[in-house]
Amino acid sequence: MVSASVESQTVNQWITVCQLEQILLNSGVCALVVDKQIAVFRTAAGIYAIDNYDPFSKAYVLSRGLVGDRNGIPKVASPIYKQNFNLQTGECFDDPTVQLSVYPVRVADGQVQVGIA
Amino acid sequence: MAKKNLVVVGNGMVGHKFLQKSIEIGATQDWNLITFCEEPRLAYDRVNLSGYFSGQSAADLSLVEPGFYDQHGVKVYLGDKATKIDRAAKKVISAQGAEVEFDRLVIATGSYPFVPPIAGKDTEGTFVYRTIEDLEAMSAYAEQAKVGVVVGGGLLGLECANALKNMGLTTHVVEFAPRLMPLQVDELGGNILKDQIQALGVTVHTSKSTTEIVSVDGRVQKMVFADGSELFTDMIVFSAGIRPRDEIAKECGLTVGDRGGIVINEQCQTSDPHVYAIGECALHEGKIYGLVAPGYTMATIAAEQICGDGNNTFGGADMSTKLKLMGVDVASFGDAFGQTPGAKVVGITDSIKGTYKKLVVDATGKHLLGGMLVGDASTYGNLLQISQNQIVLPPNPEDLILPAKSGASTSLGVDSFPDSAQICSCNNVTKGDICAAIQADNITDIGTLKKCTTAGTGCGGCVPLVTDLLKLEMKKAGLEVKNNLCEHFDHSRQELYSLVRLEKIMTFTDLLAKHGKGQGCEICKPAIGSILASAWNEQILNPAHVTLQDTNDAFLANIQKDGTYSVIPRIPGGEVTPVALIALGEVARDFGLYTKITGGQRIDLLGARVDQLPAIWQRLIAAGFESGHAYGKALRTVKSCVGSTWCRFGVQDSTTLAIVVEERYRGLRAPHKLKSAVSGCTRECAEAQSKDFGIIATEQGWNLYVCGNGGMKPQHAQLLASDLDQETLIKYIDRFLMFYIQTANRLERTATWLNKLEGGMDYLKAVVIDDCLGIADRLEAEMAHQVATYQCEWQNTLADPQKLARFNHFVNSPEPDPSLLRVEERGQARPPYAHEREVLMAIQNR
Ligand SMILES: Cc1cc2nc3c(=O)[nH]c(=O)nc-3n(C[C@H](O)[C@H](O)[C@H](O)COP(=O)(O)OP(=O)(O)OC[C@H]3O[C@@H](n4cnc5c(N)ncnc54)[C@H](O)[C@@H]3O)c2cc1C
Ligand code: HEM
Ligand code: SF4
Ligand code: SF4
Repeated sequence: MVSASVESQTVNQWITVCQLEQILLNSGVCALVVDKQIAVFRTAAGIYAIDNYDPFSKAYVLSRGLVGDRNGIPKVASPIYKQNFNLQTGECFDDPTVQLSVYPVRVADGQVQVGIA
Repeated sequence: MAKKNLVVVGNGMVGHKFLQKSIEIGATQDWNLITFCEEPRLAYDRVNLSGYFSGQSAADLSLVEPGFYDQHGVKVYLGDKATKIDRAAKKVISAQGAEVEFDRLVIATGSYPFVPPIAGKDTEGTFVYRTIEDLEAMSAYAEQAKVGVVVGGGLLGLECANALKNMGLTTHVVEFAPRLMPLQVDELGGNILKDQIQALGVTVHTSKSTTEIVSVDGRVQKMVFADGSELFTDMIVFSAGIRPRDEIAKECGLTVGDRGGIVINEQCQTSDPHVYAIGECALHEGKIYGLVAPGYTMATIAAEQICGDGNNTFGGADMSTKLKLMGVDVASFGDAFGQTPGAKVVGITDSIKGTYKKLVVDATGKHLLGGMLVGDASTYGNLLQISQNQIVLPPNPEDLILPAKSGASTSLGVDSFPDSAQICSCNNVTKGDICAAIQADNITDIGTLKKCTTAGTGCGGCVPLVTDLLKLEMKKAGLEVKNNLCEHFDHSRQELYSLVRLEKIMTFTDLLAKHGKGQGCEICKPAIGSILASAWNEQILNPAHVTLQDTNDAFLANIQKDGTYSVIPRIPGGEVTPVALIALGEVARDFGLYTKITGGQRIDLLGARVDQLPAIWQRLIAAGFESGHAYGKALRTVKSCVGSTWCRFGVQDSTTLAIVVEERYRGLRAPHKLKSAVSGCTRECAEAQSKDFGIIATEQGWNLYVCGNGGMKPQHAQLLASDLDQETLIKYIDRFLMFYIQTANRLERTATWLNKLEGGMDYLKAVVIDDCLGIADRLEAEMAHQVATYQCEWQNTLADPQKLARFNHFVNSPEPDPSLLRVEERGQARPPYAHEREVLMAIQNR
């Protein structure tokens, strides 16, 4: 289960960040992967990983945003100023010039893993 | 062709209206517009002058949009009085020496307050009530005054008395005639009015003629009356009528009336056809109009005469009036005294409620000629329209003034008015104009409608009618304002609340499956989380609910700009023991939290990291604190004053009641936050009238005010019920809050909710007090359930390892968020601003 836009990224190593049950359905957590803060979300449709950094508030908070969908596209709303981000692509719905990084993520044996190069 | 000069002397309400109208019809093409403005500021809203005392600034009152005159090339001689008109040379000469030639001249000098020739009338401490400067002088003097007297019990005098009373003075009104407002009301009405005004705390003396003002050390000490009696006072305001400012006209030989006023014809021309006069300085067919609406009509007519087609003429105006005093309604319109031959009168007096209503009907009984309303003028707008538009009366005209019985009252509503009906008399806007604007611009809110049409922007008396019209037009257009929560639910919040209750739906997932689509979003999730909490009061961090909560609710704290949180424990009624205060201080010190007093009488500890929250709360709960719900759309604080326990004015124990109220409704989730306050007497130190529900002590019990708020659009709370015992008070609050929770929209505060509630305050009273919907028992039972199932959310969370597991920044590391930085200011830690942050980062990376 890897989201489309990150398929091209080469993964040399999968880092386990937590058990799947540690992420409540339709919510997120923040994982420390090497030196990076990555927000990992779990929805009925799948698992997604984007930057935890919110470029609007300049705070590391996106994992604490509300998860939902816009016309079927999974999204998260920043808890500070409520901008919406596409979980599949990292794009900001409210300001298309803002783009977050997305990261390879998968569930293996009930473990959530983020891929690094 | 060179432009001609059009000079306006006087930049008051009417002078400005004239310029505005002229510009509107394109006068700047052919005319240079020039005006002399004696006052130090451009035209302002004199009608709402008293607003200056309730906090409106000179800028708020201004009628001239900044830059408006510049933009249209109007030359203004500000603070310069025109002293002479030279009609032969066609020149105006000013106090500061300007000489301006005119082709047409408009005199709009208004009037001055008449001060009766009483000995001592110029003593220090005497005032008039006409300009902003007058008010500034009054309020400065009032600071060292205890008693104030208004001479004159007319419309203006009473307004002025109200202002004195609001400044905290013991206030008297002295009226020469045997009753108040002698020009507008008859003896019966005058008596009722007197009772009402006295009930406001103003003492009324009628049939009193002042003979002397006695001074001590050059300042007012007392007034002596013709009957030998005396009245001690610190200041006196004269409001004994107005006199036209016609001196400049008189001196240049224009015809003026025997008792003053520049004589004009129906084109608003004076005896010199090149000179016009408009507003309060003008005398038309022996009449001076001391109201703004006729002045505006003259301004429009004169502008059209001089710069436009000049088809319209002035044929007199209606002198209908409504007193703007808070709390006492008085209105009179048309032939209020029944002077038309053959006129018949119907009247209803209710001395218990303090209302007097009289209608004057023509000989045929078909048309309304005029009327008088004291104590309750809610039907004024309608009645005025019925009389002005000659609408045929129902068979029993008294039905129009009988108290409305549920459903049975006869009303001739806006729908029955012709399009030509003048709805806003201040700005002359007709029903046709308003309907056209609504249709042309698809207007759906009253604010926009007022802006587009200017209706309701004068004295505001017509706003209820304008609102009715808007609703009616929207209904006609089949415009049901769509009120869906979001793309996931085709229902309003109110509908969803009912569905949750009726179908006993306990979770978001169930509701979404039965009535929604998709996955939900940041709009519907918290709204439904709140509905579920209001209905069932399950813990919001239970697994079924936790992912619905905004981050504030999800972590039971308020998120700040850097992603840390603030912690606000409950301090009911603002009362805190020294020991508890010390404990709070120790927690703040030990966790390095920035500490500040909130506006809600409690203490805010800021800068707590998400991973610190449980440890902080462990300590706070041990010290006896509980969650303050500052993070929730829930009851926030119930502020209180010290009340009868300490205060020398207190009549009830406001602090104890505030604690009772706060502990009863703590944790109650609502469509928006709820605030409350309790004051121990009428001085209102706790500012209860700015709250969603506020309580003020009286000698007999408690007055309950509802639906106020501060913030961007402050609105005063309105009185729901008076002199309640505590049990009834709590019962009414239970019903009120539950009714609001059940029917309001998402994020709609009580004030906005009330503004949109059909039937308004009367309807709310009927629901809460008279139980007209028969739901009071249910509402009370629902509240009882809330009260019974209350738990401190933090206590509950600390006892549950599963809930606590979420309180970490990283799922895979105990480390705190490494991006957080602090700088010190005034001995406390705060987040760095962006420029400081760069410096700190540079140091860190070295
Ligand atoms: C407290 C108060 C409450 C009121 N409430 C109501 C109400 O509820 N409803 C209602 O209809 N009316 C009300 N009125 C009356 C209303 O304000 C007047 O009818 C209206 O202001 C008249 O407008 P005007 O332009 O004729 O006079 P003004 O507004 O008085 O303007 C005249 C201006 O001309 C200036 N001026 C005079 N002589 C010269 C000169 N020689 N050179 C240069 N400038 C000069 C004056 O300084 C003044 O600024 C109220 C008035 C007051 C004082
Ligand atoms: C949409 C508008 C508003 C927003 C977004 C807002 C935001 C906030 C926030 C975030 C806090 C918590 C501060 C903290 O974390 O310590 C707060 C507290 C407070 N706000 Fe506002 N506020 C709004 C409107 C108002 C209004 C209208 C008032 C009153 C007139 C008000 C008065 C207060 C008070 C008194 C507190 C402290 C409350 C307490 O003791 O719990 N706020 N506000
Ligand atoms: S409201 Fe009344 S009782 Fe309370 S502090 Fe003020 S003066 Fe005292
Ligand atoms: S007034 Fe503005 S800055 Fe101050 S707390 Fe409220 S929302 Fe924040």
